[in-house]
Amino acid sequence: MGTIEVSGKSYETDEEGYLVNLGDWNEEVGAYLATTESVEMTDQHWEVINFLRDYYNEFQIAPAVRVLTKAIGKKLGPEKGTSQYLYDLFPYGPAKQACKIAGLPKPTGCV
Amino acid sequence: MADETTPVAVAPAPTSSPAVAKSAAPAKPKVEAPAYREFPTIPALQPDAMTGSNPFVAAAAHNEAIGFPGALLDGWEQKAVAKMGELLGKYRSLRVYMDACVHCGACTDKCHYFIGTGDPKNMPVARQDLMRSVYRRYYTLPGKLFPKLVGARDMTKDVLDDWFRYYNQCSECRRCSVFCPYGIDTAEVTMAAKEIMHTVGHGHKYVNEIIGKVHKIGNNLGLPGPALENTLEGLEEDVLEDTGAAVKYPLDMQGAEVLLVTPSADFFAEPHVDSLIGYGKVFHAAGISWTLSSKASEAGNFGMFIGNYEQMQKIAMRVREAALELGVKRIVVGECGHAWRVAYAFWNTLTGIGAGAGVGKPDPFAIQLQKQLDPNYKQPSHICEVTWDLIQAGRLKFDKAANDHRIVTFHDSCNVARGSRMGDYAGGQFDIPRNIIRAVANHYVDMSEATTREKTFCCGGGGGLLTDELLDLRVKGALPRMEALKQVADQHGVNFMATICAICKAQFTKVLPYYGFKMSMVGGVHQLVSTAIVLNNEQ
Repeated sequence: MGTIEVSGKSYETDEEGYLVNLGDWNEEVGAYLATTESVEMTDQHWEVINFLRDYYNEFQIAPAVRVLTKAIGKKLGPEKGTSQYLYDLFPYGPAKQACKIAGLPKPTGCV
Repeated sequence: MADETTPVAVAPAPTSSPAVAKSAAPAKPKVEAPAYREFPTIPALQPDAMTGSNPFVAAAAHNEAIGFPGALLDGWEQKAVAKMGELLGKYRSLRVYMDACVHCGACTDKCHYFIGTGDPKNMPVARQDLMRSVYRRYYTLPGKLFPKLVGARDMTKDVLDDWFRYYNQCSECRRCSVFCPYGIDTAEVTMAAKEIMHTVGHGHKYVNEIIGKVHKIGNNLGLPGPALENTLEGLEEDVLEDTGAAVKYPLDMQGAEVLLVTPSADFFAEPHVDSLIGYGKVFHAAGISWTLSSKASEAGNFGMFIGNYEQMQKIAMRVREAALELGVKRIVVGECGHAWRVAYAFWNTLTGIGAGAGVGKPDPFAIQLQKQLDPNYKQPSHICEVTWDLIQAGRLKFDKAANDHRIVTFHDSCNVARGSRMGDYAGGQFDIPRNIIRAVANHYVDMSEATTREKTFCCGGGGGLLTDELLDLRVKGALPRMEALKQVADQHGVNFMATICAICKAQFTKVLPYYGFKMSMVGGVHQLVSTAIVLNNEQ
């Protein structure tokens, strides 16, 4: 367990730096979490983060990688609808790293 | 060890890193791949090399949710020793394993974690001795009287910490037991140690959090029904678009012939999902009605990893309930190594005849299931058995050239290889997946026979160790498999390693880049089937 501090407010995280309370998330916190992953956020990153959060709000789980690539492909063109594009944005893996920055729980299991 | 001519494994750099992102954050533990060895010799000892490997201890909420004490109990030492006594009484094998070892050393260099780390405590015999020394102290006369003389140890916090550290460096793959002249099964020792630790409130976070999700949501990922439905609808659209065939991926379809139980990673992750697409195409092409279940949306059974029979049974029971509710005639298990071991070796006693469908032990649900399932099929069947039977019966057609861009090899998954069987003869579990690959692809090469079939090496992520905090261990443990792969890649141009286990797929996706391979090099057997299968969509 740990805490992070953003703009004078502290937030609880788990051992790996994922937010414990999903309600704590805002863009500033997301931007801070990105620095802990050494990810420099661009508009392309935020597009993915926002999609993850919208999907999570509807389904209580992050989207499957294929669902994500398809949605990105539809929005930004087929050449970006690939997992390679997502790995380029989030090198440790779109599921785990992007979920962390989006303030969502870490996907568990054989993934 | 390696010399200058040996190719050196690349540093952590998963595929092409763009300028916008750097790799791991500074706080993360160092992950280092060992260099390839020129010859697979016994590694030089590096005492305590892996003492820094610290799996996360489960929080109270994760422990209590599945019925274990929240934290280390008062008087845990006595309780741990008592639990050991209970297990020694319940599993005679465990007592034999404690007594029979003559320390001949045949197992020492057979463990992928020892080969990859050089830490002497990762020699299977040393791993067993972590428990054996405590066993001697409390359950043998010389150990009770002269502990120091016979290397017997009290159960202390230091011992517990060593257990937690090093039993979480065993993937329960059982390769060492193949070479043990007494057949001592280190996996069972590890499972017993894990059960003892869980019982006294010292569980592993990764495993316990996942077991909790299975009970609460239905699968290891925590994928709720609506998300599952959404994902499967997406697959139907994709396959229709790709092939023109209206292949269905049904969920909770009452009266289907087949219930397919598969790891939840098949819904979520890549390359796993490509095999799920393949299963659907096989059933479609053969005209077999099938369904997935939102209740049993997980084949994996992490209860086995912690040696806990009650959890294993509770997790297995969901499959029985789903089968009864849906009225299916057949139960088929997807590409998941340990799930197939549990299904093949334990379902019968957990949920079927052994649970009370036999004579004189009335369990109405077990009896109902027994009557409901079609006796003309093996129950349960592995998806590879289903596909191979259909191929032999001439009911599937393939365009093998569709896989011509691939030169394929096959990685035997440990739990399938050494914990189960397929078909109707010993070794069927080795031949059937290879037969399928040869039926759907033109280019197939086996890796070194010292690393395949019953001698296969674990991927390095099995047994409940597929977690990020153990990534360094996982990368190191993959060394012998990566060496065998490198050999066939260099000599035969192999560019695809097929496997039938969700853990293997996730593990290799992660560790291949550390050894200079592309993560897309690993995939499922049914991914190859999916590529080549001809769907009669023109009708």
